[in-house]
Amino acid sequence: MAKLKRIKISDYFCYLIVGAVMIGSFIVAQTGNLPRSYSNLLVQVAYSIILAVSLNLVVGFLGELSLGHAGFMCVGAYMGSYLAMQLSAVVDNKLIVLIVSMLAGGLLAAFFGLLVGLPALRLKGDYLAIVTLAFGEIVRTIFKNMSVFGKAMGLSTQSIKYDTRQDTSLYLVSFATVLVVLFLVQNLVRSKHGRAITAIRDNEIAAKAMGINVTFYKLFVFVIAAFFAGMAGVIYGHYTTPVLYSFFSYNYSIEILVMVVLGGMASINGSIIAAALITFINFQLQSHLSGDLAALKYLIYALILIVLVIFNNAPKLAPIKDKVSPKAMFEKIRAHKRKPGDIRGDKSDWRVIPTKIRMDEVLSVDLQQGNDYTPDKPNKGGN
Amino acid sequence: MSEVVLKTENLGISFGGLKAVDNVNIEIKRKQLYGLVGPNGAGKTTVFNLLTGVYQPTTGCFYLNGEKLTGKTQEQINHKGIARTFQNIRLFNNMSVIRNVLVGLHNQPEFKCNPFVSLLRLPRHFKVEKAMRERAKEILRIFDLEDERNNLACNLPYGKQRKLEIARALATNPKLLLLDEPAAGMNPHETEDLMNIIRRIRDEFDLTILLIEHDMKFVSGLCDEITVLNFGTVLAQGKTEDALNDPEVIKAYIGE
Repeated sequence: MAKLKRIKISDYFCYLIVGAVMIGSFIVAQTGNLPRSYSNLLVQVAYSIILAVSLNLVVGFLGELSLGHAGFMCVGAYMGSYLAMQLSAVVDNKLIVLIVSMLAGGLLAAFFGLLVGLPALRLKGDYLAIVTLAFGEIVRTIFKNMSVFGKAMGLSTQSIKYDTRQDTSLYLVSFATVLVVLFLVQNLVRSKHGRAITAIRDNEIAAKAMGINVTFYKLFVFVIAAFFAGMAGVIYGHYTTPVLYSFFSYNYSIEILVMVVLGGMASINGSIIAAALITFINFQLQSHLSGDLAALKYLIYALILIVLVIFNNAPKLAPIKDKVSPKAMFEKIRAHKRKPGDIRGDKSDWRVIPTKIRMDEVLSVDLQQGNDYTPDKPNKGGN
Repeated sequence: MSEVVLKTENLGISFGGLKAVDNVNIEIKRKQLYGLVGPNGAGKTTVFNLLTGVYQPTTGCFYLNGEKLTGKTQEQINHKGIARTFQNIRLFNNMSVIRNVLVGLHNQPEFKCNPFVSLLRLPRHFKVEKAMRERAKEILRIFDLEDERNNLACNLPYGKQRKLEIARALATNPKLLLLDEPAAGMNPHETEDLMNIIRRIRDEFDLTILLIEHDMKFVSGLCDEITVLNFGTVLAQGKTEDALNDPEVIKAYIGE
């Protein structure tokens, strides 16, 4: 039992890093030196983290490919913000309005998740991806055509928007939300339910034979992920104006997926870092490239992504990576505490990376049909 | 000993025009070790798939302790008390040994825990996790796998993977355990060991066991009754000795 209670830094890494950024920037803000653009960036980072972590639940832990995550964010952003605008007429406290609308936006997105998930989760792999992709497009088109939400002009959220020139508290609330989301997600994946979810990913047939209610868990994960995405949408609605349908495009869903893949499937710490990194790169490119150079944004963005992916996977770069990655440092600390024969503590292996979805297969044309899936062996057997 | 646990009535399934299993009637009594043998392609695994709800039978039905289970889903059948292992091992490869067993314990009523309780880490969550871990260790101890509990399942040697699969099935607390070629790929020493374990779990857990096996020594050493299948139909049934010496059975196996 001593083993169970032993605190591992890596398990709490995500809280530490998010908390440190939050407190750090708060202190800087108190001294009055936090540039306005950076408090904007922090909000962007916060909702990106929520999106990436929640998508990782679906893609990394459950092993189903969903390409409609921006659609759920869209539901949250439009409906949550609309509600917040109505509420702010009655309630004076901005914080309460934000929290209530965040919950409501999340619940509405979760409802949509349930609606899509019920029929869609009967499908597997590519087919589910296509259905979720279609969902994302349908949702934003519907909002685009509703006069309540401003049609093609978008929903003007001027009345609830946090003006970053005077009020920098939105990033604090956003980061607090990130911490809550992380707490819930970590708890879920480290519980018996998380085990059931990873069991479904590892071998659905065996999971069914073990009496795991596969339909329930698939739906549950889908709904929870949609809930968090909806919350991220409400934060977005408070951060910018207007909430415009074009933001929640297919490209944005893919961008969230890129964060998940880059950070590593089923790695929450990875998702956080990747989400922050990609948002930061995007932000810098956007603010530094103007005029004709703006077209270069996607080229540079793509180049950076390619370099990062190669760095992540190239075997010859592995020794360098081992030296610099925090994971390797944790391993070193843990290595001499471990008895011979132990590969890793049984508490920690929810972090194992392999997944049912192999991106190169998803993205390549010649899919081999009918092959029984055999998961890759993890390449981290030894130390 | 006379209580009938599993009873199948005219169980059959056809895929298109092919009758993969036809009119199989089996009665297995409580705590019995029952064998299902037959040449390759005889339909043995198909019978298992019917009994666990992977396929729905086109004719006939089956009962567990008198309760009709035909038409139920795999999950429901497992909850009712039928657990199985697979011919080609299907472990959760990327999970540790103990976690494989913990997944098996997932649905036990004493370990019930609402997802939202886990989400918020209420005290109940910790209590359940601790109890589950203790239980999983007990089960692993029977199979002599306790020391390997933190290894990844895919890193175990073949024989131990087979044992782990049985341990995982046992964790679902079944009344009837279906073992699909449990001794395949094992050396004689491991097979001997496995026979002892199977007898032991039958007594300790009050289990009824139906097993498919090609190793006739294993079958005759373990099972008191068998059914021989060939081309989906029952060729012979009864006491192991008698059924194996049936001329029809010998003909099916080695020809005339």
